[in-house]
Amino acid sequence: MKKLLIALMTTTAAFSLAASAEAADKLKACWVYTGPIGDFGYSYQHDQGRLEVEKALGDKVETAYLENVSEGPDADRAFERLAREGCKLIFGTSFGFMDAEVKVAKKFPKVMFEHATGYKTGDNLGIYNARFYEGRYVLGQIAAKESKSGVAGYIVSFPIPEVVMGINSFMLGAQSINPNFKAKIVWVNSWFDPGKEADAAKALFDQGADIIVQHTDSTAALQVAEERKLHGFGQSSDMIKFAPNAQLTSLTDEWGPYYISRVQAAIDGTWKPDNVWLGIKDGAVKLAPYTNMPDDVKAMAEATEKKIAGGWNPFTGPIAKQDGTPWLKDGEVADDGTLLGMNFYVKGVDDKLPQ
Amino acid sequence: MMRLELVKRPQRSALFSALSPFMAFVLTIIAGAIMFALLGVNPLTAFRIYFIEPVSQVWQLHELAIKAAPLILIAVGLSVCYKANIWNIGAEGQFIFGAIFGSAIPVLFPQFEGPLVLPLMLLLGMVGGAAYAAIPALLKTRFGTNEILTSLMLVYVAQLFLDWLVRGPWRDPQGHGFPQTIQFGDSAVLPELMPDAGRANWGFVFALIAAVLIWILMSRMLKGFEVRVLGSSPRAGRFAGFGLNRMVFFAFLLSGALAGLAGISEVSGAIGQLQPVISPGYGFTAIIVAFLGRLNPLGIVAAGLVLALTYLGGEAVQSALGISDKVARVFQGMLLFFVLGCDTLIHYRIRLIGLALTKPEAAAKLEAAPKLKEAR
Amino acid sequence: MDITVNILLTIATAATPLLIAAIGELVVERSGVLNLGVEGMMIMGAVGGFGAGYLTGSPWIGLLAAIAMGALFSLLFAVMTLSLATNQVATGLSLTLLGLGLSGMMGTSFVGQPGERLPNLDIPGLTSLPVIGRLLFGQDPIFYISIALTAAVMWFLFKTRTGLTLRSIGDSHASAHALGIKVIRYRYLSVIFGGACAGLAGGHLSLVYTPQWVENMTAGRGWIALALVVFASWRPWRVLAGAYIFGAVWIGQLHAQAFGIPVPSQMLSSLPYLATIVVLVLISRNKRLTMMNTPASLGQPFVPDR
Repeated sequence: MKKLLIALMTTTAAFSLAASAEAADKLKACWVYTGPIGDFGYSYQHDQGRLEVEKALGDKVETAYLENVSEGPDADRAFERLAREGCKLIFGTSFGFMDAEVKVAKKFPKVMFEHATGYKTGDNLGIYNARFYEGRYVLGQIAAKESKSGVAGYIVSFPIPEVVMGINSFMLGAQSINPNFKAKIVWVNSWFDPGKEADAAKALFDQGADIIVQHTDSTAALQVAEERKLHGFGQSSDMIKFAPNAQLTSLTDEWGPYYISRVQAAIDGTWKPDNVWLGIKDGAVKLAPYTNMPDDVKAMAEATEKKIAGGWNPFTGPIAKQDGTPWLKDGEVADDGTLLGMNFYVKGVDDKLPQ
Repeated sequence: MMRLELVKRPQRSALFSALSPFMAFVLTIIAGAIMFALLGVNPLTAFRIYFIEPVSQVWQLHELAIKAAPLILIAVGLSVCYKANIWNIGAEGQFIFGAIFGSAIPVLFPQFEGPLVLPLMLLLGMVGGAAYAAIPALLKTRFGTNEILTSLMLVYVAQLFLDWLVRGPWRDPQGHGFPQTIQFGDSAVLPELMPDAGRANWGFVFALIAAVLIWILMSRMLKGFEVRVLGSSPRAGRFAGFGLNRMVFFAFLLSGALAGLAGISEVSGAIGQLQPVISPGYGFTAIIVAFLGRLNPLGIVAAGLVLALTYLGGEAVQSALGISDKVARVFQGMLLFFVLGCDTLIHYRIRLIGLALTKPEAAAKLEAAPKLKEAR
Repeated sequence: MDITVNILLTIATAATPLLIAAIGELVVERSGVLNLGVEGMMIMGAVGGFGAGYLTGSPWIGLLAAIAMGALFSLLFAVMTLSLATNQVATGLSLTLLGLGLSGMMGTSFVGQPGERLPNLDIPGLTSLPVIGRLLFGQDPIFYISIALTAAVMWFLFKTRTGLTLRSIGDSHASAHALGIKVIRYRYLSVIFGGACAGLAGGHLSLVYTPQWVENMTAGRGWIALALVVFASWRPWRVLAGAYIFGAVWIGQLHAQAFGIPVPSQMLSSLPYLATIVVLVLISRNKRLTMMNTPASLGQPFVPDR
């Protein structure tokens, strides 16, 4: 028995030695995802970014991830575990991880932390986000051009600023083409229920919408559009394979370039906590190839994309709030703080936000 | 072709009662070794990280307590229900309502501070859980509505209600529009047991106390006898003068209160504010814990710790070896199946019968029959 | 008119997987076994159906694979609870855990791949009839299976000798055994039938409803199916009614939102669950009827004595 124990202990020791020797000359970068990486949506795209890091930096880096981590104590534990296991740079990819990451970052001052879509920073905690609203403005313009009924159906998950910002930007884009453009909004109260998203798409089409926009992850809504021979936009990744005749374009998340640059900085020792909000010009927000639309619409979309990449912000006045009160004066640009906490609609949105 | 046959033991086997968890463990190790080997992972390493590491580091022991506390608290309450043959499967909803009721104090009256705050919150949490559990109890006793359905449906309603609350009326005005309430004040936070060593809070102590109290109730008091009698034979219970309707309320209110206590402890201890999602399904996992602990409060403590360990271990192999969350889940499922299967040995002996053997056996029996007659 | 037809079609699609899984579970529970693993069997059916359809290019093979996968997976539950007499509630819940994990493992390479969709029925002359054409002759094949299955189970349980035997086992396995009925064999077949139905329901999700594979795509539908069996007080036609009521409120709330009704969406989303409770309270006031239909030995382990 004793011998067995000793044998066991030596093998254990050997394994941990091997592990630490390996860790010494490689930078360990780690990710925490809120959903399963098999969601083909938000978490999937972040994990694609991680894989790009592995590919680009090869044996200079070692990566690890935890998926399906819920908010609360599970998140605290996830970050603490990674920090203790030798991760030098940790990315938390969901808003709900904010407080957990703040706590753990304080506890491990030598580890570098990055948090997506939050607003709290620290000495070793940076934040990053992507201006998806820029892309949504383009979608709005295309929708207004392509829609015959002048009504879009908009499927949304939960009323958080990111989503509200997206709705507003889409409407501003659409109204720039057709001032009377309308959007019908359905909240599915879930990030993850393809069946319900499909049902919502059907309900919206039945009520007269002829273009579908979504702020949920699955391909279900687009597949409904394909079946009904109508149009829609993809989300998170290019979904053209699922709806070759229905997808106009897709608003995709490209985290790879950002992750590569940050991990490289960590390797070089130049990493500093930052507050970045990437957009079309950084390549973090991409519009999949424009399909199923006439050339003039395509040209318009490309022009708008170029204008935004050049620094123009869709939230440039004059813009009125939903109730008609002025928000931005002519030429005034919304500041990032207001956008990140956006909790009101612009004029023309046909929905009520929970207050 | 082989066939299993169970032979009931005259009484439960004390030997296998103690031995079955270890047999299950050995079987899990064997099956797990095959699985990990097939996935190209050294099984020894995997097991060390899965089972040993979480209990060999102090901070992980604390995490284990945090994870196990709500499971144990909910499961001991449910064990009373299930012993009484009452099917409360909506503990998840009662957990949420306990959290909501208890959080009302720090969210609505943030200026209210002092040593009274926390006890009041815990009390309100229990009231909230019990009140939410009273709905299926009332519907069952008044209208004969099946409690499995009502308690389950009320889970979804509770989740959506919490969602509405933290996005609407209870949202932190300073929170940049994000769906969460204000951070609870210091006097509304459940203290950590040993802040220097790890994050475990008083919730775990509540769980242990509840387990002991329920154990005393069930094994030493008349009420426990009543629960068992009504559970195994409602008719006999009625003859003994026990009220079935009263029992329905007792079981639901008790389990609801404990689930509510778990909810408010989780929110005020581990989270520190209300969020749209406060439970990764504790209310459902606790049902497994209750049965894994053989509906015995002390067994439930052990079962809760084991299940918590499988979660922690699953995360550990995920981050250390790159084994996916799914594999960890499958491994957890395997462990549960082996534990349940081995428990069979407590009440039954298992005989393997080859079908080929049955014929001679039957012939032997036939032969034996006349002999018996002769003997008579 | 067109919109009404569309809404009815949408409701049918939403109700079909619930109906099929619930009908299967109804037979299982009528035999006295409570299998809480419907969600797990359903997701296994979904991944099996998608995978087979995707790899072979034939959604019909996918359909068969979904059924086979559900049945096979339920066999695990049967061996545990029937041959080893384990606790049915705990085993069923563990089956769900295992199913969610295993399906995720099996489906890794299917993520992001468009699948094969089962074609809708198209009968020249009939499908194009106004109004009733698409409702009666233009739906997906699993819809027709679901209706036929309900009728068949109704007939089987209440009009055949075997069905009567099955129900008697559910009411009292001890007396059934005393009469020489092979209780365990009946229950094995019932559980496997229930698994096959749950698998088919999962197949409906990944082959018709939303032809794709993503983890956890059942999103709790197995639980709703379980609740519907109770809702129906173990009667097949009431399962049908329950599934369609649930589906109607489910779709109705989405329409209410699109219409712009100023009520919090969370409240609308909780309507299907509340409606189920209210309707059940209304019908369960007749206590005798409910008691009569509840399988008395539901959830109790049975071991034949020698």
